[in-house]
Amino acid sequence: MLLREVEYVKPGSVAEALEVLAANDGARALAGGQTLINVMKARAASPDMLVDLDGLEELRGIELAGDGTLTIGAMTTYSELVASAEAKARPILSEVCATIADVQVRNRGTIGGNVCSNDPTNHLPPLMVAVGARMTIAGAGGEREVPAEEFFLGVYLTACGSGELLTRIAIPAGKKDGFAAVTLGADGTCICNAAASVNGSVRVALGCVDAVPVLVTADSPEGVADAVRAANLMPPSDVHATSEYRTHLAEVLATRAAEEAAVR
Amino acid sequence: MDVTVTVNGTTYERDVEPRKLLIHFLRDDLDLTGSHIGCDTGNCGACSVILDGVLVKSCMLLAVQAHGASVETVEGLAEGEELTPLQQAFNEHHALQCGYCTPGMLMSATALLRQTPSPSEDEIKKALQGNICRCTGYWNILEAVRSVAK
Repeated sequence: MLLREVEYVKPGSVAEALEVLAANDGARALAGGQTLINVMKARAASPDMLVDLDGLEELRGIELAGDGTLTIGAMTTYSELVASAEAKARPILSEVCATIADVQVRNRGTIGGNVCSNDPTNHLPPLMVAVGARMTIAGAGGEREVPAEEFFLGVYLTACGSGELLTRIAIPAGKKDGFAAVTLGADGTCICNAAASVNGSVRVALGCVDAVPVLVTADSPEGVADAVRAANLMPPSDVHATSEYRTHLAEVLATRAAEEAAVR
Repeated sequence: MDVTVTVNGTTYERDVEPRKLLIHFLRDDLDLTGSHIGCDTGNCGACSVILDGVLVKSCMLLAVQAHGASVETVEGLAEGEELTPLQQAFNEHHALQCGYCTPGMLMSATALLRQTPSPSEDEIKKALQGNICRCTGYWNILEAVRSVAK
């Protein structure tokens, strides 16, 4: 397919990328491109300029700190995360990334691209909220850190604004996590998903039911279904599921994810 | 933009529009029509190629993103008329009917076998998840890959 005409820039550093993004209104960061190139084909996005982040070492790498905090560069691919020994410190990350799409997409798609595109059917936004991730955003004024709960603002919209870049994601130590989804075929697009983390109380973030992940908390996995009901979800209907069915799935999947998390 | 890409060992320099997808660059500019365009939406895997050792779908990549890279396509597998064991196995196991998906299947299976010479059945299935075949029902493709697994 022939895309609309677009300029292409490959900056040599994050600072240069930020300058280019800030100086060009129609510029957009290109991460792995496994979403962006496709939405450009459909003309759902028509950037004037692509700023390719590939090759920027500052945006790569997975580090495990002494306190168990994982710091993951935004341009880390799903495949790199799945293969990473450090990332096993929080096992749910590689488990979920291994179920995203297929080998080819996992080889190119990045963790930063997944959260910044914030498609409501993506796997990582609810997971980032459940595990309490912290996102570092770089802009003209320096860096700031935003908790995942405040990062996702709307469909395809995050706290990472124009002229800014998500540079890395910090994930605290933990093992008691779970993830459950109903998908279109094995490892397909999520119809509804839930990520859970148990640390004293149970945190469950639901995906596909609203513009942003919906966080519910409960004292125990048994209380999760009630907490989901109390959230009064009004998920959209589409060709794959009615609103009522998604509401039902949200309860079931939240409970499943919480139960998985509790026994680890 | 000037782009230099090495494909199957031959280095090509071309002036390419940034909007051109790698699959079109391979097929239209280099006349390497072995890689196919099936869906154009990143689902079918018929355009799969190996880019610097990594399996990718060439319809979800701009040609300019491959600047400086080394690309392997289905044309690079056989040595002249000498098929690779995997290609021979596809023939012997009737792992293709119309053949449209075959270039992508071969590249995905080649990437798998390089990384995992003795894959389990689940590993083969998972490795071919990004490649859709509408003829064979997949079974003979699995058999072909399994037959060359060490």
